[in-house]
Amino acid sequence: MPDDVKNKAGLLERLQFIDRRYIFIFIALAVIIPLLLGLRFEEEPSPIVLALYDKIDEMPPGSRLLMSFDYGPTTAPEIQPMVDVILRHACLKDLKVYLMAVWATGQSLTVQTVEQVLMPEFPDYEYGIDYVNLGYKAGNQGLIRVIVDDMKRMYSTDANGTDIEEIPIMKQVSSLKDMDLIVSFGGGFPGIKEWILFAGDPGGIPVGGACTAVSAPQLYPYYPNQMVGLLGGIKGAAEYESHVLNTYPEAFAKTPTPGMNMMVAQMVAHIVIMLFIVFGNVMYFMYRGKERKLTLEK
Amino acid sequence: MWRRTVPIMITFFVGTVLVVAEFIPHKPFGNLGEDFSLYFDIIAVFAFILGGGNLCRVHFSKIYRGKTDWQFSIVTLLGFFVMLAAGLFKIGNPMGIQGDVTAAGSLFADLYDSIFTPLQGTMYALLAFFVASASYRAFRAKNIDASILLIAAFVILLGRTPAPSLIADFFAGAGIGFMATAFNFVPTLTDWIMDVPNLAGQRAILIGIALGVISMALRLILGVERTYLGADSK
Amino acid sequence: MCGLFCVWKMLKLKVAIFTLLFLLLSCFSAVAQTEEEISDTTASEEPSYRIPKLAPVTNLEVQDSPDDAGGEIELTWKLSADDTEDNGLVSKYVILRSQNRTSDFHIVGVANHQDTSYIDKGTQDGTEYYYKVVTFPKYEGEVRLTREEIDPLMDEFPEFTELGIKDVSMLAEYDRNLAAAFIDEILGISAVAGPVKSSAQWFNSKDLDTFIIGLVICTSVVIFIGLARGGRKLFLRRIGGLQAIENAIGRATEMGKSILFIPGIQDMDDVQTVAGITILGRIAKTIAEYDTKINMPVSRSIVMTTARETIKEAYLSAGRPDAYSDDMVHYITDEQFGYVAAVDGIMVREKPATCFYLGAFFAESLIMAETGNSIGAIQIAGTAMPAQLPFFVAACDYTLIGEELFAASAYLSGEPKQLGSLKGQDVGKVIAMVFIIVGTAFATLAAVTGSETFLEITNMIKSWFSA
Repeated sequence: MPDDVKNKAGLLERLQFIDRRYIFIFIALAVIIPLLLGLRFEEEPSPIVLALYDKIDEMPPGSRLLMSFDYGPTTAPEIQPMVDVILRHACLKDLKVYLMAVWATGQSLTVQTVEQVLMPEFPDYEYGIDYVNLGYKAGNQGLIRVIVDDMKRMYSTDANGTDIEEIPIMKQVSSLKDMDLIVSFGGGFPGIKEWILFAGDPGGIPVGGACTAVSAPQLYPYYPNQMVGLLGGIKGAAEYESHVLNTYPEAFAKTPTPGMNMMVAQMVAHIVIMLFIVFGNVMYFMYRGKERKLTLEK
Repeated sequence: MWRRTVPIMITFFVGTVLVVAEFIPHKPFGNLGEDFSLYFDIIAVFAFILGGGNLCRVHFSKIYRGKTDWQFSIVTLLGFFVMLAAGLFKIGNPMGIQGDVTAAGSLFADLYDSIFTPLQGTMYALLAFFVASASYRAFRAKNIDASILLIAAFVILLGRTPAPSLIADFFAGAGIGFMATAFNFVPTLTDWIMDVPNLAGQRAILIGIALGVISMALRLILGVERTYLGADSK
Repeated sequence: MCGLFCVWKMLKLKVAIFTLLFLLLSCFSAVAQTEEEISDTTASEEPSYRIPKLAPVTNLEVQDSPDDAGGEIELTWKLSADDTEDNGLVSKYVILRSQNRTSDFHIVGVANHQDTSYIDKGTQDGTEYYYKVVTFPKYEGEVRLTREEIDPLMDEFPEFTELGIKDVSMLAEYDRNLAAAFIDEILGISAVAGPVKSSAQWFNSKDLDTFIIGLVICTSVVIFIGLARGGRKLFLRRIGGLQAIENAIGRATEMGKSILFIPGIQDMDDVQTVAGITILGRIAKTIAEYDTKINMPVSRSIVMTTARETIKEAYLSAGRPDAYSDDMVHYITDEQFGYVAAVDGIMVREKPATCFYLGAFFAESLIMAETGNSIGAIQIAGTAMPAQLPFFVAACDYTLIGEELFAASAYLSGEPKQLGSLKGQDVGKVIAMVFIIVGTAFATLAAVTGSETFLEITNMIKSWFSA
């Protein structure tokens, strides 16, 4: 057996499993460069995203929307664009917004969202009248099970310690059943699934969701019967941003579109992964060809 | 005997009552599920002390005995105690000890925003790299099944980005109409894969899981399965 | 002559006076007409809250909420004739309640327009209540309320204060149409409905389908456990991941390295964690017999204490209580990624030969499994989190998919009664499969033939399995 054939087969075998650090470098570049360039493309909303958009868009002014921050700083880069765009849309439609968190880490993100989006962009929105921050309460799905029937049993004060009885927006809310829509942000535990199982189903309350891309497939079975709609990862955020931008061009002309910007980075990263998969497969088939040749020569 | 019988009896009683309570809205059954969830949380909060105590014991012992990599234990304990003190005594909190633990300006909030958040983000971001390396290894067209999986992965990877419409525009511009049509079809195909084969698979797995949970719960309630109590079922 | 002149003069004067009067009247009427025209124009330009009286809701019916724990009364009605889907005049319906038919009605809640029902959740069981529903108009332009108009409203309806409207100016700011609507000419007030009492029920009939299906599955599990106990042989398919467990432990023993066991990141109230711990019990016994080292970092304190007991008992039953140490199981942190960072650190430093991931996992699954892969460990994973399964399948050697995780302990035990429970579970699968096939067949027939009967059957089957 000639040595060069043997060496070539060895090289092909190694190339099939190249050092993963090379892959990491390419992925890093694929993400960083598009983000630095700040490009964005228009997105067509998929039916599952459009369903949530339509639900919010069709809610009459004054309807009650509960936004639950069920995520942490970890997934914030992926979830936050969805929170921001849905909050903007809700405020544009004059909905009463109730903010809360079933994740401890969601509390500070709620405050951050209010300070960075709601207060500067919607100065007419008055705390206690148009929106309220109920804050975080421990209890996971247990908390949801309780407030589906009795809100005040768990929330005697808001996040600032104000007595719930003194907050006008809470006067007409005795339980989650008084909400017109619940949107849970975050696909972990507790998250959208728990909101569906412990609030949406037993209370007959429409539940929508926005989650990380990895969690999205497991939530698809709940759509459309148990879940109004779903935004899955950056793709979902980009579709929603693109759609509100097209529908309300004046209102959203100057608002940032992080989802659409990050989508470009995601696109390039996907292409890089595809190229690596193709490369891996080419090496695999070439190796198999050589191996067969070596076996025949033997 | 008591160590095993009493927990099994408690499991049987509580398990049965909770299953029955699911179908009885009348008091006192109606709220039992919620009440027990809250009891568990109360117990879990106290168990934090156990966890914290164990963490300190393990790492103090590692430092004291000078075990391998004992230096890491110093970092762990330092992080633990600094964060604990910052939250417990509300150091630097503008509202004082009465203020919210996460109030802006407090040491806790600063540590949370400047150290905890970026570290968490970094760990999560690893996923992007690991997904790439795992995909590179896993997607090999070794047989028909693997090839179908590979094609589906390609469609989803492409369809979940604006790439198909950009490529379609390119082909349309170059006058290659059928390629433009093919790429324009990718997002529809992606939605179909997600909505039909993926959904069917997910639902099948969910049905299996639900039945598995029922069977597992029955084994636990009836005391057939006792391994979790440290007891051999035999 | 002089007389004639005088008469003529008088006539002339009268004509002049009449003419003057006529002219003046004409002017006045013209002015008045112009003013009227002007005021009419102003009125048509100015928006007014004084819109026509709204039609009340009809067929208001009240009943005790079914299938509840009491304290709730359900109201249903037919929409007001003015509440149309497009461009209707109604903004909301306010629900008023009293304990007597004629007076003392108080606001208990508000329903949106197009809503045809409301549940009053603040009733005392056994007390008789009467209800009426008040129709409110939509906010159309700026409604100019004066203090004179609002003050009586505040006195008349103290409920405004309950709604958080504390003073007149706030009322005007808060919801002008709500205040304006209380003016009698606008409200559409329904007939009084009642009396009705709320009460608690002993069975939730909405869950009857779940109850029946649950009962059938539970009964079949119990029957198969009984059959297995009676010595009947049951066939179970081979689960590759479980058969590899012993080899994986053997490999660690041969290499003189430790075994890493991760029971997920959830607490003991998650059935997946319980499943993971039951498998740990089986594995720990083999580990004790092989005299291998186990390292189990956990993210929940209760899991730590439970796992210690499990391993201790496993070592005891393997006859190696001396080899057990509490340090085998140690707490890291409840924080998801803090835990992952620590586990990855342990993997990279200690390089365990075998890694088990059995329990509930989220985004950390791939980070751990890829790190395990990079150190060349044999990896066996199992979870019922569908989103994490692809990651484990890609990065691990064996993966227990969904129900296999729950079946694992029973499978490994080899005990007839445990295996019987797995067989019982299959009855549930058969039921699911039958209904899926039948439902799909009817849905297809309904779509192809357009038959109403097939559609009704399809919907009926659907309704059995709807929440």
